[in-house]
Amino acid sequence: MKTQTPYPQGDAFHASLRTRYRVATIWQILFLSALLIAIVALTALLYKVVDGAFGYIAYEYKDDPAEFTPTPVNELTKEELLVILKEELSSGAYNKLNNEQPMQERSQADLLNLFLERLVRIDTKGTWSMTDSLLHKAEIQAEVKEKYSNAKLEFRSWLTPQFLVTPMSSKAEFAGVRTAILGSLWMVGLAILFALPIGTGAAIYLQEYAPKGWFTSLIQTNINNLAGVPSIVYGMLGLAVFVRTLEAFTSGSMFGVTDSNGRTVLSAGLTMGTLVLPLIIINAQEAIKAVPDSLRQAAYGVGATRWQTVWHHVLPNALPGILTGSILAISRALGESAPLIVVGASTFISIDPDGPFSKFTALPIQIYQWTTLAQSEFHAIAAGAIIVLLILLLTLNASAILLRNRYQRKY
Amino acid sequence: MSQSFDLKKKTRIGESAIQSLLFLAGILSIVTTVAIVYELGKEAMLFFGNPDVTFAKFFGGTQWQPGIGNYGIWALVSATLTTSAIAIFIALPLGLAAAVYLSEYASPKARGILKPILEILAGIPTVVYGYFALLFVTPILKSFFGDHIQVYNMLSAGLVMGIMILPLISSMSEDALSAVPRSLREAAYAMGATKLESSLQVVLPAALSGIGAALILGISRAVGETMIVAVASGAGPNFSFNPLEAAETMTGHIARISGGDLSYNSIDYTSLFAIALMLFLVTLVLNLISQWIVGRFRERYE
Repeated sequence: MKTQTPYPQGDAFHASLRTRYRVATIWQILFLSALLIAIVALTALLYKVVDGAFGYIAYEYKDDPAEFTPTPVNELTKEELLVILKEELSSGAYNKLNNEQPMQERSQADLLNLFLERLVRIDTKGTWSMTDSLLHKAEIQAEVKEKYSNAKLEFRSWLTPQFLVTPMSSKAEFAGVRTAILGSLWMVGLAILFALPIGTGAAIYLQEYAPKGWFTSLIQTNINNLAGVPSIVYGMLGLAVFVRTLEAFTSGSMFGVTDSNGRTVLSAGLTMGTLVLPLIIINAQEAIKAVPDSLRQAAYGVGATRWQTVWHHVLPNALPGILTGSILAISRALGESAPLIVVGASTFISIDPDGPFSKFTALPIQIYQWTTLAQSEFHAIAAGAIIVLLILLLTLNASAILLRNRYQRKY
Repeated sequence: MSQSFDLKKKTRIGESAIQSLLFLAGILSIVTTVAIVYELGKEAMLFFGNPDVTFAKFFGGTQWQPGIGNYGIWALVSATLTTSAIAIFIALPLGLAAAVYLSEYASPKARGILKPILEILAGIPTVVYGYFALLFVTPILKSFFGDHIQVYNMLSAGLVMGIMILPLISSMSEDALSAVPRSLREAAYAMGATKLESSLQVVLPAALSGIGAALILGISRAVGETMIVAVASGAGPNFSFNPLEAAETMTGHIARISGGDLSYNSIDYTSLFAIALMLFLVTLVLNLISQWIVGRFRERYE
């Protein structure tokens, strides 16, 4: 027989109790510190992004602006700029720009950018993060003065209204996310157009129609599994099915579009739709499950058919939940990049997507592209694009939460 | 006077048509799975059908250059294993500790503040984590390891991946912990246990299978993660388990190669599908195990 150690009595008991409490406090602190680490990581991430999007830039003009005009750069008017551009740009380049958007209709800021980008040509010598710029101002100024005597030093916000409406450019100083935002919107729009009706239909089938049995539980298990398939596998599926097998449809050649291959925003939208489909189904099922049975029985009681019951009573009550689920699916689709790389998002494109058969790029793709380039000014615009993406996602998720709280009914 | 009603079920064409449409929507998910297996399998078969490619070379080799006849998948698997192991090494203890705190210690008010923070962490796009890994974590690691660490390295990618997976592990573990009936905790308190003793010796063991499910799903997520490794862990297959070196994972390789211009039917193209098929099968098995554990666990307490 095992001899048991006697339970401590008297002072020994109190001493051991104190030890136990001390150990308990230490562990509690450890548990809490795990959460603190998570908070620190999140803060560091957000700080790094904001830190990168603002700061000093040192640049030189390759050609002196004085060669083009006696007026100082920041006092140039729209009319003066129009004249300079017309005279100095080669006629081919001018006509190309004019075709993209007539010069007369462009804003002064836009024309000034063209002037700086095409004629004066900025040569960036260095960029600094916000923290460095604020804390080591004097040192940066001294360094720039010493190394590049002609360079101008400016505190610049890389995230400007201009940044949102300018298309891609090979010079970071003039690049924007207009093409990427439009591409993302097209892609997500097509994805939801595809996935929302089918996902809701599947959820209705599974909750309201499907007989209990092995087949239904197979579908259910399958949906849960699809939700866990790595996104890049969906990309490969999209590449094989939408880009390649269905090329006639996704490139638009069966509708008479001739200038594209299967790597279109339609292929991307369908791929992304397939990716978010399980997510939409699972959320819609939850929403439909939450509609109380008494509503269905009341409908049947007055003689409604099954579809009438679903259409007039179940769906309207489940709608806020279904919409919340779709918003979450949209934000998932907006942030995904791996499948888009595989189905062939263009990394350099400056023409707005104008239909389902356009080539496209998307916000996360631009962020990926700019992050992997070596020059620091591209990291700065990557940070700007990340802020745009995060604000978009935050708005979407906040509206999902609001929708949920507003319409959440307690039966 | 009497009126007769026909109480037989009427055939309603509209109703049946709608039901068929809904059924079609329902089985589309099955079609998707079949399409994944079929399409990946078809191209992978073309790859393995190549007389030069043998299973022995594929599963035995440590060089991956399909263009010149090296088909050793270990060159990519080693990086996937290394980054995933680092990620789990970070995410499991932190996620579990966070779950215990949220489920056993936190007041409702504290939970209301702390949980959304984890949810925000879970909602950040992975490419943003990639930016963070390359431009924030790597420079910090560089200041620790100096020249021993390469600019692109698996350590930085793995660490950030761990932060990314943390919310998943903590929320699944928390579900498992809070599913443990209150009576078990009360029994522990009645025996004179402190809160810590009850949490660690009673509640945690009871929730172990749910935590196991979280761990397995976390591994599956780490293996399938693409953008963080594509940005931060390096381009180019490298058979190495040294976290300070650059190496390309299976997912990172697919992303890099398919991003370029690729001609269909080339060995590069079909080899990507062989990798993707392997990725799909591995994650599928992991997900199924995880779901099976969760299902069994749920039955036990309900």
